[in-house]
Amino acid sequence: MSQRSRLSLIFLQIFIASLLFALMGRLFYLQVAAGPKYRDAALSIQSRDVVTPATRGLIVDSSGVPLALNKVGLAITVDRTKIDKQEDKGVKVLKNLSLLLNLQYSDVWQRTRLCGELPKGKKAGCWTGSRFQPIPITKEADPQIALQIVERSDKYPGISATPIAIRSYPGILDVNAAHLLGYVGPLTDYDLSGASGRSYFRSESIGKAGLEIKYDSYLRGSPGIKTVIVDRKEAVTSTSQNTKPTPGNHLVTNIDVRLQAATEKALADAVRRARASGHRADGGAAVVLDVNNGAVLSIASYPTFDPNSFEKGLTVQEAKDLFSESNGVPALNRALQGLYAPGSTFKAVSIIAAKDAGYSLTANYACPASVEVGNRVFNNFESKAQGTLSLKKALAVSCDTIWYRIAFDEWLRDGGLRPKSDANDYFFKAAARFQMGEKTGIDLPSESKGRLADRNWRKAWYSQNKDFYCNYAERSTKAQQTPFLILLAKENCVDGDKIRAGDAVNFSIGQGDTIITPIKLAQMYGAIANGGTIWQPVVAKAIISNSGKVIKTYPYRELGNIDVAPATIDFLHDALHEVTISGTSAGVFAGFPIATAGKTGTAQVFGKNANGSAKDDTAWYAGFAPAKNPKFVVAMMVSQGGFGASTSAVGVKQIFQSIFGVTGNKVIPGTALFKNGNPPWKLPKISPATRPAGEKK
Amino acid sequence: MSYLLNRSPYRKARRSSAFAGFDPILTGAVSILLVLGTLLVYAATRNWYAANGLDPQYYLKRHVINIAIGVMLAWGTTVIDYRLLRAYTPIVWGLGVLGLGFVLIPGLGDSVNGAQAWIPLPGGFQIQPAELAKISIIVGMSMILSERSHDSDEPTSQDVLRALVVAAIPVLLILLQPDMGTVFIISASVVAIIAVSGASTKWVAGLLILAVAGGIVATKAGIISDYQVKRLQSFVDPNADTQGAGYQLRQARITVGSGGFLGTGLFDGPQTNGRFVPEQQTDFIFTVAGEELGFLGSGLIVLLYIIILMRAFGIARRSSEPYGRLVCTGVIAWFAFQTFENIGMTLGMMPMTGVPLPFVSYGGSSMFANLIGFGLLQNVHARHRG
Repeated sequence: MSQRSRLSLIFLQIFIASLLFALMGRLFYLQVAAGPKYRDAALSIQSRDVVTPATRGLIVDSSGVPLALNKVGLAITVDRTKIDKQEDKGVKVLKNLSLLLNLQYSDVWQRTRLCGELPKGKKAGCWTGSRFQPIPITKEADPQIALQIVERSDKYPGISATPIAIRSYPGILDVNAAHLLGYVGPLTDYDLSGASGRSYFRSESIGKAGLEIKYDSYLRGSPGIKTVIVDRKEAVTSTSQNTKPTPGNHLVTNIDVRLQAATEKALADAVRRARASGHRADGGAAVVLDVNNGAVLSIASYPTFDPNSFEKGLTVQEAKDLFSESNGVPALNRALQGLYAPGSTFKAVSIIAAKDAGYSLTANYACPASVEVGNRVFNNFESKAQGTLSLKKALAVSCDTIWYRIAFDEWLRDGGLRPKSDANDYFFKAAARFQMGEKTGIDLPSESKGRLADRNWRKAWYSQNKDFYCNYAERSTKAQQTPFLILLAKENCVDGDKIRAGDAVNFSIGQGDTIITPIKLAQMYGAIANGGTIWQPVVAKAIISNSGKVIKTYPYRELGNIDVAPATIDFLHDALHEVTISGTSAGVFAGFPIATAGKTGTAQVFGKNANGSAKDDTAWYAGFAPAKNPKFVVAMMVSQGGFGASTSAVGVKQIFQSIFGVTGNKVIPGTALFKNGNPPWKLPKISPATRPAGEKK
Repeated sequence: MSYLLNRSPYRKARRSSAFAGFDPILTGAVSILLVLGTLLVYAATRNWYAANGLDPQYYLKRHVINIAIGVMLAWGTTVIDYRLLRAYTPIVWGLGVLGLGFVLIPGLGDSVNGAQAWIPLPGGFQIQPAELAKISIIVGMSMILSERSHDSDEPTSQDVLRALVVAAIPVLLILLQPDMGTVFIISASVVAIIAVSGASTKWVAGLLILAVAGGIVATKAGIISDYQVKRLQSFVDPNADTQGAGYQLRQARITVGSGGFLGTGLFDGPQTNGRFVPEQQTDFIFTVAGEELGFLGSGLIVLLYIIILMRAFGIARRSSEPYGRLVCTGVIAWFAFQTFENIGMTLGMMPMTGVPLPFVSYGGSSMFANLIGFGLLQNVHARHRG
């Protein structure tokens, strides 16, 4: 062998040996060093989790009457792993199915596609679950149709009919409570992303609004997971793990289903009444709280929607209607999201401000037809002169001009347009003690916090809008260029950062930029009624496990105190009772057998409706009863509802009738809602079959 | 042809036993690979075939038949007089070229995975002429480069050119299929044979440069089909394409990695049984070993190749005649680069080309060729001990 051959051979041998040892090293890295990582990767390729959703817990009222439960529905489901194996990928069977269920084939096809299979922008209605989850086409199939599918499995291969639990809002006593309860629905990508701090399985349903979302973590339980091992064709080869679902816990609320039904009816009647007298009445809300602990006994918003419609399968049109302006935005919970000027209901706060400013509560004050404030004339309500009135009477008849005078004087005393650094600001401070401009903290999602239009707010508002008003000619639209608005803009540009005389007097009668929610007004009047404590409104009472164990109770929470002298509270109780005797709601409560107290509010609204008509007044009434030792506070609001008295006070009286068992002008013994006049404190036994007490069979 | 009748002294000696002269280590290592391969082919196919209502032993049976035929071919190659082999070489070469030409005729050859590489035979059998062409190239080149030269003599440039022509004709036909994996392996063998033949280093260097340049030009000029470019791209970034070649490479790597040190146990690999890796019984057979036998088993397979190849180097070195040495060199380079290409592809070190794992993968033509190659090594071992 030549030297060259020998060297070549040795070189080749070394080269090949190093190649093979490199293989060995790489193999060691993959299998030993990085083995665990690849084992995890392999597991995610091979295993699929089949999720059996847990039965959701019930939502019941304070006596155990179910507000939300689960009922058995017949689901018609499509098994993608089966129809995909068919020659035409399931086209024929889905066509047969749409014919049977009287649905559009394109709709059924779309709903059985995994979201990942569809191009962007064409995912509407797609299945958010996995291929292994039976895809429901309907959850409430006719048993006859279900039977056809089961019997003709040759005609419907891959389609099955199975009984499933679906969320149901039974509407006992025709109660709706849609805004309170919310609804459940499929998970969104946001839910799945884990951004909410919880992890879900794709096929689960979760609470979407109201109590269903607020207490979802208790209600939903934990789903059963069956882990199956699949092959490349996604056929199941074995089952490796199986955990049973744990049913969700039950939620006991402070709601009383009978009072809820009465509240909803009273609200709907108020809206009807307002419309009958020519008002637009485009929405409303009513709330009943226990004045001594903040328990929410009922809460209603108008217009409303059917909470069951989501499980039936919402059409695109139905979903749009929920949020459409022309429909009054039924999805909006006006009790805690609707913001309106409080109008004369605010005068109870003004009484406290006046007292703090040193005004005598027993003196008499002039109530002229109008008051000149600076160079502007402010008229009394309906420009009526009432002569000289006691402060009590002035509150009862809702005189405005007394407050213009006092508020203007106080404004001047605080320095007018050159405010002192240590301004008294009695009116702002009184409102702040009621925590106006803050949330009530009710345990329902998306509460609005309202606005307290004090000096700080004014400054913040000015810095945001200065540019607009100071360059009004360029910034505003053509329609905004009316002489009045141009003048207003000019004023706003010059001293928009300051509380002007007009702002101060408007503030004292609940007009202007201050806005509140109905739940806030109920909380405020609750504080007046109970002697000063501001309670956090609370819907939830307790969480009870499926086996009856109390998991958690929700204590009542004091958020603060309005810090008003007992004499002033007594004066307010007396004056607010006077409203129902000789004041603005006297006509409404004439002959009512229970002494009550309350205040009307008819708040002006600026702006125009879509059709160009001026906006109607907001009709308010806040009342509590009994007038002595109050137990219940009710607030009702009908937006564009006209007069507070004829629209809302009547509605509140209707609610009082229901609470105290009043028919005509008599208390019918045994018909009052609560024994001893108090809502039950004992936790109820949970059963879906519980019926309301005193229900006529 | 009279020399054919001359009986060599070795033949008489070997007559006493059919297995005399077989290198025990080489034979042992190859035998273990054959047994492991049989188990792995069965493991790769039984579950899937059973699940789809087919005979779970379909591949097992065919594989055993292939081995049986292959072992007979190996035995024949071992005992045959090398001069007879030399005499048949032009015929084998010619048949190989004919076969390679035949597969390219549309309608006659079968296309698998984008390569027009198969001649269909009755009974569902196929022949891959490229596999047999490897042998004819190795034997043909060795013949030309050793024929006239004495040990001290180096082949002339003319010899090298003639040898290259012998290699170039089948390689060009394989390029047309195109089967880049086989071209790569044959090229490695050609360069190795020429280097060991003692030819001028200019030739070796030139050929190496030509091979690299050829690879670049082939890729740029589109001689490599889209299919192969895709495979190359997915080698660079296996996550780029989730369904095609990248998917296969990623699945292969996950499957091997998930085996860990001990593996899941033979027949118990969920990745294998779920058939997440395609071509599991052929090109990706090593994933089955990786998953089910773990590092212990798959490392043993690599070790067996190291033993076989190092043993073969010993045979080449001991060979008294240049012819035997060159044949050995060609076979070594063939086995080594095919093994490296196959396992390297599975482990993500090499681009994806469809070459089977010697002695292990399912596939008749490849099995026959490998065992003939093994026979050639044994033949040299038995006859040309220096």
